[in-house]
Amino acid sequence: MTQATDAPVPATAARIGVITFPGTLDDIDAARAVRYAGAESVALWHADEELAGVDAVVVPGGFSYGDYLRAGAIAAQAPIMRAVIDAVRRGLPVLGICNGFQILCEAGLLPGALVRNAGLRFICRDQWLRVENTDSVWTSRFEPGAEILVPMKNAEGRYVAADSVLDELDGEGRVLFRYIGDGPAQGNPNGALRDIAGICSPDGRVAGLMPHPEHAIDALTGPTDDGLGLFVSVQDWIGTALTGAGTHA
Amino acid sequence: MARVAVDVVIKPEILDPQGKAILSALARTGQPGVSAVRQGKHFDLEVDDSVSDADLEEIAGTLLANPVIETWTVTRLAADAVAVASVNTVGTVGDAR
Repeated sequence: MTQATDAPVPATAARIGVITFPGTLDDIDAARAVRYAGAESVALWHADEELAGVDAVVVPGGFSYGDYLRAGAIAAQAPIMRAVIDAVRRGLPVLGICNGFQILCEAGLLPGALVRNAGLRFICRDQWLRVENTDSVWTSRFEPGAEILVPMKNAEGRYVAADSVLDELDGEGRVLFRYIGDGPAQGNPNGALRDIAGICSPDGRVAGLMPHPEHAIDALTGPTDDGLGLFVSVQDWIGTALTGAGTHA
Repeated sequence: MARVAVDVVIKPEILDPQGKAILSALARTGQPGVSAVRQGKHFDLEVDDSVSDADLEEIAGTLLANPVIETWTVTRLAADAVAVASVNTVGTVGDAR
């Protein structure tokens, strides 16, 4: 496989795992985004029972197990996800994108669920988002209130949760991304409650969003390079954790 | 061995756009008397005698249904019953966790 970046990865680079399930589509782009951001990408397989000592994990998009039962429901029970859930308890940062977000919700690592878009259509377009929280592990490199443009492509992207859960997410600053924009192809695309596009865990280490930051890392292949921010942010946290913050497992 | 039916439906407070689309199609087919449709899933299980009612609840509530968005009913069926039979019901209704 051709490396997207030519620069060799330094030996001290963060190691970020990218999981491939049967039916995953975006693992190659996610690994490319990891390398673009200066980290080493480590391929993880759904049947693996260990995480190969990685510093963070990306659960990429696609149609794992053909979206059978519910999007993400079968993948949430895969052996690799047992290992991810154990590692999250020890503080491992995890990012779920699109189907990955659905998997993290099905696995109980994030609250709520993703259901069929209100208009019943598969929506594929570039989407404006506002970064609502720039203190989390995955968003620290964004300016407060930053507006970013990244692709989205899904049929089951409408975020839902109980009102009490939504209040908690809002109150604790755990809404990471909201759909914005007022053009004909902008605004809330799918009826997601409170315009939520992405959320995080209470400690900010587990994050999920429906749009695809890994498809927006350079002008050649995406609408912007706005998506790189997530993959750079997590390395700041890994670096801090490794050099003495004492919170990293 | 026993046959078990598990029926899963989206919670009333969650928008069911597929049900709405079916409702509009029904009106066009000359059945305007139907006022609501909710689309769900039906699972037909064969289980041995070691599987208790509590086990069935766990199976339904942790994998077959997502308690965040769905409710479910578990119904034990007579061995020769068809899946849609409503007889011999030992049903329980699941609720949100």
